Amino acid sequence: MECAVDAQSLISISLMKIHNSRTQRGGIKLHKNLLVSYVLRNARQVYIKEKYAEIYRMQQYEEVRTVCNEIQELNPLDLDSEDADDEDQARAACCGDETSLCHRGAAQPAVHVRAPSTLLGCCPFEDSSKESEPCEYRSCCMEASPVSHFDPFSADNIRHCNKTTVLDLDTHVVTTVENGYLHQDCCCDALQGGQGAQSPAKKRKGEFGGCVSEAEDVSDFTAARKRAKREDCSYSNPDYTETSNISNLISIFGSGFSGLLSRQADLEQICSKQALAGLGAWTRAIVAF
Amino acid sequence: CPSDIISTVEFNHTGELLATGDKGGRVVIFQREPESKTEPFSQGEYNVYSTFQSHEPEFDYLKSLEIEEKINKIRWLPQQNAAHFLLSTNDKTIKLWKVSERDKRPEGYNLKDEEGRIKDISTVTSLQVPVLKPMDLMVEVSPRRVFANAHTYHVNSISVNSDYETYMSADDLRINLWHLDITDRSFNIVDIKPANMEDLTEVITAAEFHPHHCNLFVYSSSKGTLRLCDMREAALCDKHSKLFEEPEDPSARSFFSEIISSVSDVKFSHSGRYLLTRDYLTAKVWDLNMESKPLETYQVHDYLRSKLCSLYENDCIFDKFECAWNGSDSVIMTGAYNNFFRMFDRNTKRDVTLEASRESSKPRAVLKPRRVCAAGGKRRKDDISVDSLDFTKKILHTAWHPTENIIAIAATNNLYIFQDKLNSEMH
Repeated sequence: MECAVDAQSLISISLMKIHNSRTQRGGIKLHKNLLVSYVLRNARQVYIKEKYAEIYRMQQYEEVRTVCNEIQELNPLDLDSEDADDEDQARAACCGDETSLCHRGAAQPAVHVRAPSTLLGCCPFEDSSKESEPCEYRSCCMEASPVSHFDPFSADNIRHCNKTTVLDLDTHVVTTVENGYLHQDCCCDALQGGQGAQSPAKKRKGEFGGCVSEAEDVSDFTAARKRAKREDCSYSNPDYTETSNISNLISIFGSGFSGLLSRQADLEQICSKQALAGLGAWTRAIVAF
Repeated sequence: CPSDIISTVEFNHTGELLATGDKGGRVVIFQREPESKTEPFSQGEYNVYSTFQSHEPEFDYLKSLEIEEKINKIRWLPQQNAAHFLLSTNDKTIKLWKVSERDKRPEGYNLKDEEGRIKDISTVTSLQVPVLKPMDLMVEVSPRRVFANAHTYHVNSISVNSDYETYMSADDLRINLWHLDITDRSFNIVDIKPANMEDLTEVITAAEFHPHHCNLFVYSSSKGTLRLCDMREAALCDKHSKLFEEPEDPSARSFFSEIISSVSDVKFSHSGRYLLTRDYLTAKVWDLNMESKPLETYQVHDYLRSKLCSLYENDCIFDKFECAWNGSDSVIMTGAYNNFFRMFDRNTKRDVTLEASRESSKPRAVLKPRRVCAAGGKRRKDDISVDSLDFTKKILHTAWHPTENIIAIAATNNLYIFQDKLNSEMH
């Protein structure tokens, strides 16, 4: 009974459970959903830590790349001892975490810096047939950078819509919570602004289908990264039907048990907002707890 | 058939009766046959005594929620007259049932005949006094009280107080105290609902009254804590008298730490001195006088620790196992997967794994101890490997006779009753 104990799959499994619990006989089981939200929180914390590490590595890689550029400008073919040292350092930095830094390139054409040496030749997942010119410095990881994608989700977009309706089962009081959860349209706009290649989110059709890969798509905090990973669920024709179901759950999760959300790092906040942004959240999520 | 799945098992205070509840809302009561010298093999066997429909599915129109008819718990009242009383509850409503026998019926009425038809007065020539004549035994069950509309969340426990007048019902966030005769109101004695539901971090998972002190009760939480409360201290027992909690081992931290530390059942020992709790992987005995850590910890199926992710995926990690004391509080018992159940002797520190299945237990055959070995470990003959365990066969509900070595094991929709003939008395 093997199962992937990685944060991302746990997040998607947990969301599916929360979603299914809404249609289960007997009503939402508070206890079970609370426990699932703990797993979600734990997985998210691990995921964010990995993200931090990845960003840090990427920053290091950027520095290395800059050094490489400078070296190349000087003399692409002149490998004196000084440069060799730099290259070694750079190579070490690149190869330090091959699996996370480079594996994302598995599904994408992996272009790598050729000069002054096969700097990224250390990356085992690269497609060696795609050796491109030295001037292309886009790394296999660039698209997945979470940092660069945070910018499009400016405060303006976030401010547009944020309503979550909470129904208290005891008092039967309905309150509308404004918490920065994104409107479906806004998400769409934000995504379009950010990615530039999205079609508008479709209306929610119905029950969440059994497409596990879709679930994983929407549960990822960085949609683009998932795109790189899952070619079969390509974003050339994004279907947000099922994602809107899951995004609704994110809203529910966000508005309920937010005591579980860590508020320490700005990055975490951005991550959660981004998660919601990337999922076409509903305008109003009815939470019955 | 899913509605036949047994959802609760409970002996009454003498052990003469055994009640089971199922997912379909039915209650089946078994009665122990008196030991007979003429038929030695039917000594003390349990046969069906009565069956009735306790709860029906309901629909809450306000919240658009279906209310399951599944019986979550049954608790017997101590017997005070010829009739027996039990409480049964589903997610929302508790009912008090009267179980009584009728073995006589009146005959010889003046104004009506044997079939109950009114007689023609002109045919009545003399008066007679009706007499009670014996009849075939009939067991009648009637609902005496319905305690409804007091729980917003799902009821997980009921417990009868030793004062025999009150009982409590616990849901995820609240515990209510009832008087057995009064159905239109209850007192809320515990409320852990936060002002803002977003701040919710734990729920109540089980609750029980102390067996002797009518002012004390305990409730367990999803965080693995136990709280002992004293009703004499305050009307609302939100402040506990004692908090039993074992500090978490940071080296054992995983994605699922919170889930496996959630307490699924809590039981006072018969003496009232100890508490038995069950979480996903262990059973623990606590001393009421020591709050910092349990007295004893028993590993029920630690081999599952490396499989938690799969068990999370297939939802098994949410299974709520119950636990039980034997009459002398020397042995504890709890269920596991593959229709296995385990017993731990607190004195000898020996434990045994047994299986409840048709194949492995012919009537009156001695149960053979089972063993689970880790995958790839040294395997003896008849051992079961962890990977071959059937996780759909789970023993969640078990009960131990109050005084004798008789146990009732619910394996999905089958009830097994095992008796230790050699050691009928408790040690």
